[in-house]
Amino acid sequence: MTEDDGPTEPSGALEPDWEPVIGLEVHVQLATASKAFSPSATTFGEPPNTLTDPVVLGLPGALPTFNRAALELALKLGVATESKIRARSRFARKHYFYPDLPKGYQISQYDEPLCEDGRLAILVGNQVKSIKLQRIHLEEDAGKNLHVGAVSHVDLNRAGVPLVEVVSAPELGSAEEAAEFMRALHRLVRWLDISEADMEKGQMRCDANVSVRRRGEDRLGTRAELKNINSFRFVHNAVEHEIARQIRILESGGRIVQETRLWDAEAGASQAMRSKETAEDYRYFPDPDLPPLVVDGAIMANILRGLPELPSARFARYLRQHGLSPDDARTMISDRALAEYFEAAVKAHPGERSGRMIANWMLSELLGALHADGKTIADSPIPPERLSELIRMVEDGTISGKIGKDIFEECYKTGEAPRAIVERKGVQQISDEAALWEVVDRVVGANPKQAEAYKAGKDGLFGFFVGAVMRETQGRANPVITSDLLHKRLGR
Amino acid sequence: MPSLSRTEVEDIALLARLHLEPDELARMQDELGAIIEHFGALAAVDTEGVAPMTHAVPMDLALRPDVVAPSLPVEDALRGAPARAGDLFVVPAIIAGTE
Amino acid sequence: MSEWLSAGETARRIAAGELTALRAVDAYLRRIANLDRELGAFLALDSEGARHAAQQVDAARAAGAALGPLAGVPVALKDVLVTRGLATTAASKILDGWIPPYDATCVERLRGAGAIVLGKLNCDEFAMGSSTERSAFKKTKNPWDRTRVPGGSSGGSSAAVAAALCAASLGTDTGGSIRQPAAFCGVVGMKPTYGRVSRYGVVAFASSLDQVGPLARTVGDAALVLEVIAGLDPRDATSLDAPVPRYRDALTGEVKALRIGLPHEYFDGAQIDGEVRAALDRTIAALRERGAEMVDIALPHTEHALPAYYVVAPAEASSNLARYDGVRYGKRAEAADLLDLYRRSRGAGFGPEVKRRIMLGTYALRSGYYDAYYKKAQQVRALIKRDFDKAFHHVDAILTPTTPTAAFRFGAKSTPLEMYAGDIFTLACNLAGLPGISVPCGLTGDGLPIGAQLLGRPLDEATLLRAGQVIEAAVGLGDRRPGAIA
Repeated sequence: MTEDDGPTEPSGALEPDWEPVIGLEVHVQLATASKAFSPSATTFGEPPNTLTDPVVLGLPGALPTFNRAALELALKLGVATESKIRARSRFARKHYFYPDLPKGYQISQYDEPLCEDGRLAILVGNQVKSIKLQRIHLEEDAGKNLHVGAVSHVDLNRAGVPLVEVVSAPELGSAEEAAEFMRALHRLVRWLDISEADMEKGQMRCDANVSVRRRGEDRLGTRAELKNINSFRFVHNAVEHEIARQIRILESGGRIVQETRLWDAEAGASQAMRSKETAEDYRYFPDPDLPPLVVDGAIMANILRGLPELPSARFARYLRQHGLSPDDARTMISDRALAEYFEAAVKAHPGERSGRMIANWMLSELLGALHADGKTIADSPIPPERLSELIRMVEDGTISGKIGKDIFEECYKTGEAPRAIVERKGVQQISDEAALWEVVDRVVGANPKQAEAYKAGKDGLFGFFVGAVMRETQGRANPVITSDLLHKRLGR
Repeated sequence: MPSLSRTEVEDIALLARLHLEPDELARMQDELGAIIEHFGALAAVDTEGVAPMTHAVPMDLALRPDVVAPSLPVEDALRGAPARAGDLFVVPAIIAGTE
Repeated sequence: MSEWLSAGETARRIAAGELTALRAVDAYLRRIANLDRELGAFLALDSEGARHAAQQVDAARAAGAALGPLAGVPVALKDVLVTRGLATTAASKILDGWIPPYDATCVERLRGAGAIVLGKLNCDEFAMGSSTERSAFKKTKNPWDRTRVPGGSSGGSSAAVAAALCAASLGTDTGGSIRQPAAFCGVVGMKPTYGRVSRYGVVAFASSLDQVGPLARTVGDAALVLEVIAGLDPRDATSLDAPVPRYRDALTGEVKALRIGLPHEYFDGAQIDGEVRAALDRTIAALRERGAEMVDIALPHTEHALPAYYVVAPAEASSNLARYDGVRYGKRAEAADLLDLYRRSRGAGFGPEVKRRIMLGTYALRSGYYDAYYKKAQQVRALIKRDFDKAFHHVDAILTPTTPTAAFRFGAKSTPLEMYAGDIFTLACNLAGLPGISVPCGLTGDGLPIGAQLLGRPLDEATLLRAGQVIEAAVGLGDRRPGAIA
């Protein structure tokens, strides 16, 4: 096997002549309890070959039976991507010989897939780009082949796990868009509880079809297929590398060979796979063991009923309804649990500005604390209603913002209600002007030298007086009123 | 209907992963050629607008509830394996680069 | 006890305490020991298991427990039916030595009804053939004439039933593989409607054509066995969710006003042997006498059944046999690398007929050929079914010869096409998914059995059994037994 090229410096700016064209084929494992065509379990990480039965093993006489939940999860994705759902779709056999494919064919879909012509919205900067999804279809996963020196070991635990294959149109225009597509799909499938989509566990994998053409040209260039991409970063790097490789070849007068290339993340380069003895002919035909898959009104009604507000809709709503910044909104929808926490907190403390305040507190204080603890929002010791309570107290002046942060820490540690902590510590904010004037007057009177210096122009000393007032009041003085009164007392 | 060339027979044998001895190949060429010619008669049948028969009695795919059933004990799964390493099936290495 | 008792009578006597299951089993085992060396019907015999199961039936009876409808009845199974703990080879070297970890559904149901499995029966390799000559292991002889084939692919079943080496058998029928051997061996053989009986645990040949069915010495027995094995199986997505009638109740002995179609495509033409034609004529006359009405019908697409079958069946077979690769079970050849492993294991493990069909099927499914062959054949199939649907507006059953000739001699069919041509009367039934039964209706001058075939509407096995039993009573073989066995 020869390497066509070495690692490439990613070019800072793309040659203006060239337009990359990228399409992705993404396989997502569906979060079902049993396999697609067998009732054996789908559990990850079990001892080898303990999740098999005659169907999984491809024993003589075994027959497939189709898992209802796999259909429902695939339909959820189809609906969420506005795909056309086929009322009658068919399973097809895709034939090839490989040790991790027990029957010598994979049950997949070919001519009549479950979903077609959907869309996935991706965020490119702060612009939304809608990428067409040519198809989403159901299929079963293969087992695992582990190379050990001169032999291979075969574990069929993963064989038969249900997958959806999501095929995008070749509409992605850069490595960044390709990575964004993966992120958007990852977010969506997790949002809908379709898949855990843990790329490290191989629950989401992608192949990329990459070609380039001169800007303005209609025809697509010859494409190369990149395989072995199993993280978002690899998507970006592999695609970027491939774009550069193709441009280099074309600019030096060469031609792109249509081939499959394996991405080697360590080397930061791809290598052409040696072409097989004959071009693979999968000999697709409708699987005679599986009658047509019918999706009727009842099934669809169920799916539609159970569908939550989608991330893209929620993103738009957060901008519109709560005035969140695009960055904050994007963070909020990156994790459904986070978004649901936000919803609950807003519900407990509705108001025009409350959304922004809650988002601020969540994204800075709460996530910061959770992250330091290695926790996720699901493990938050502060439930959303409590956080709202705290924020409300800051907003209505009961406590100052600074005190609020202290209360937050206490509440996080002990789980005690914020209001109770405030009562217990007696740290309510002092906003009474008369009371504060008394303190201000006393403090200025006690520090004549500094007062003179300040009046003479030493601005920095203002902070000294603010600090003194705060100390006198155990930090409870309303900072705005304090500042006002100090200015009055000091004369400027 | 064209009879089969030797190359075509070899290609099909490879697709089907069947090792054929030279005399088998030659015989196959003749026999397959004759049969294929015979079923070429199908081409003459007017099937305009006829939906391919998918199943003898029309039926929809039954949906199995997503309930886990016990798997085969691993010993049963591996019993009869021509080669094994512990609880794994063993095969010779794939030729490098042909995955 | 007489091994010639029907299965029904055997079950009755055991239930009544007139006979023990153990005696029945031992009687058959003795007979097998005496005759099967010559006949060659059995590939595997499970004497110990059978006797043990028999003892359990006897113990249950003694304890007054309820017995199943086939309790104590010794049966034998075509070796494409998967049996837990008992070698299953599909008569192929590639599965030599394979001991399955599970039972086929039809086997489970037989056992559940109390039947005793004596062993596994010879057949054409992977059920591909019409004479059982294609078994990788042995030749099975026709008990009526040992120089002739018992038919195929369920030749071991038909021979064993005909020679009373078991009370009844299960075979499989993809293009006639129950009915043709039944005709050649003078027994009853039925292929149910596609989907009537579960295919779970049946070594797949052609998924859209295969069906399990009974071979027995009487129509009554066929009805009894069918009742036990039929019915929805959640493990087979192609099995039908339809109630199973009490088929025994169909055996009224009446055919008055039954409209029986005679398709001229099956009767015209020179290839039907004169004696076969004569036997069918006598059958028709007998049915008429008993009040059945004969109706001339046409099944215009009949001539396309053969080519359609020989596209669809090998295509599906080539796919179903892809799993035999020496990786997880079965025989593995010495190999230098993975490609070699596949090619040599399969090259050495499969016989020539199987290889031929895999090659044909692979050819037909190649991209570029799919539309012209497989898809086209499936369309022609729809036309063939349409012919039958139209005919069944005017008739309740269709009568034809099962085969154009009686059993032929070993080696008589020298080319594959010659062999395939003998299936012309049985194929269309599988393509259309209809039920069919073959019932003995006479002997040739040489003493060879002749079969009459009845085809019926989907799920109307009852009519076939009813009419079949009338034929059996009127022109059947009566007490005549095969002469070529001791």
